[in-house]
Amino acid sequence: MTTKQPDGWSSKLGVIMAVAGSAVGLGNFLRFPGLVADKETGGGAFLVAYFISLLIVGLPVCWIEWTLGRLGGSRGYNSSAGIFHAVIGRPWGKYVGILGFIVPVGVYFYYVVIESWCLGYAWSSFSGGLDLGRDAAAYAAHFKDFAGLGADGSVLGLKAPFLFFIGVFILNYVVIYRGLSRGIEFICKWGMPLLILIALVLLVRVLTLGTPDPARPELSVWNGLGYMWNPDDVLGGLARPAVWLKASSQVFFTLSVGFGVIISYASYVRRDDDIVLSGLTATSANEFCEVGLGGMITVPAAFAFLGASAVAGGTFALGFNVLPQVFAGMPYGHLFGGLFFTLLFIAAVTSSLSMLQPGIAFLEEGLGLDRKGSVALLGLVTAVGCTLVIWFSEGLKALSTVDFWIGDVGIFLQGTILVYVFNLAFGFEKGWAEAHHGADIAIPRFFRPIIRWIAPAYLTVVFVMFMLRNLAGWNLSFTAPAFSPTEPVLDLIGGDGHPASAVARLTAVFLVIFIVFTIVLIQRAGERWNRR
Amino acid sequence: MTYAGLAFMLISVGAVASLLAWCLVRVLGDKKPRDHFAHVEPVGEDDLEKR
Repeated sequence: MTTKQPDGWSSKLGVIMAVAGSAVGLGNFLRFPGLVADKETGGGAFLVAYFISLLIVGLPVCWIEWTLGRLGGSRGYNSSAGIFHAVIGRPWGKYVGILGFIVPVGVYFYYVVIESWCLGYAWSSFSGGLDLGRDAAAYAAHFKDFAGLGADGSVLGLKAPFLFFIGVFILNYVVIYRGLSRGIEFICKWGMPLLILIALVLLVRVLTLGTPDPARPELSVWNGLGYMWNPDDVLGGLARPAVWLKASSQVFFTLSVGFGVIISYASYVRRDDDIVLSGLTATSANEFCEVGLGGMITVPAAFAFLGASAVAGGTFALGFNVLPQVFAGMPYGHLFGGLFFTLLFIAAVTSSLSMLQPGIAFLEEGLGLDRKGSVALLGLVTAVGCTLVIWFSEGLKALSTVDFWIGDVGIFLQGTILVYVFNLAFGFEKGWAEAHHGADIAIPRFFRPIIRWIAPAYLTVVFVMFMLRNLAGWNLSFTAPAFSPTEPVLDLIGGDGHPASAVARLTAVFLVIFIVFTIVLIQRAGERWNRR
Repeated sequence: MTYAGLAFMLISVGAVASLLAWCLVRVLGDKKPRDHFAHVEPVGEDDLEKR
């Protein structure tokens, strides 16, 4: 039989770095600290719920993705649709993997825009252009101008934000064109150690800040750490569904489970290679970056300079309004600010590359395109999606619409599907044995009931809660339940005092077209695979 | 920061750092021989026809 050598990883450490690079992103350094510091649903209760969710959902779904991915790869498939086609073995199987294309590519539409903000802010910081004094409004105005929050189309043209976006967009495709080992693996093998090194430098800087303003001794790094880590009412917090929902959501987002990335990356692992230790290593690398670095840098620094009120503004506000102000207030702030945004950019670029690879894999094996053709077609699709996001920048309406319907709903759905396919369509015992084929370590036996029963039940409950909360607007109270449509829904259908948004509707129509386009591609791919 | 907060922080950070260190020692200490081919995909009829 003739064989051909396809694209693949050059080393075990390479694939671990690539998966960890995919998982470590903006959420580790901005979203996680914000959630822990949230006085309503954060604190000790959040951390307990977070670690429990990691144990009963995060790790199990990770191992499931690695297992199904390697199995699919050994049968000649590298895309989610192809892998499900091979694993399920039914004509409808390939359609189950549709989210493995839609989610990563859809998230890329806006993620690369945020990535370009990070690069732009790093440049501005290093060059001193981000030192806007002590006026908080100046930083908010700068971000509004840079991201085009004020008016649609305001960042287009020969302006810095748009040029940064074009540069980052092209950079991603240049790297992805070079393939797995020469492109993604190369970037992650250098990028991840550099990211951790920068984070350690920033960590030392933050922990030695002491009390920046002696006139306000209550604002110190020590108190900032306390603001974040002091476990307040743990048992009371654990009784609140919102805490569990936020914790499990963060576990999903941070590990990239349900993105369709790990399953695709794992498909390039050799049949006899370990996946249990590799999956655990990638997960622990991500957790170290999130809990050990992300949890110790941003919130304590912001608290020490600006107090508790500055921490509670959400991910974008913390990253692009508050922290530039914090760095401007410390000696050599332009240097540390530049390093921080460089760190965010590295974290973002290793993640955005991983979002393209599942799409490339699908176009190559589904439509028979070569690398040049698949890069060109995916480049065209993502260029249209990114144009929509960057054009309709007012209030980030297009971005938040794609984020909610693809980045939130899609990931939860895909994660739930993965667990059920593994347990029902493939079979738990077969899957357990498959995971251990070539394994360097054994999965502890207490994970058997977790993977088989607890994870599916937990995921189902959390998914239903998520839908009730975010679509039906449930207030997450069992004692006094109330329902009112949430903003993403009101943007589409309108409501009292909240007219429907034309941009949100246009974005939704685009997403429907994108989904139909993907279904057609999968149908074509199925015909090709059936001829194999 | 309270003592409970300090304990929470040290246990959380220590746990993830220790787990990562243990994993890396296992991965880097792995002496199993590897070849550098990802996997070998059988060539289908349509691929042969192309050639």
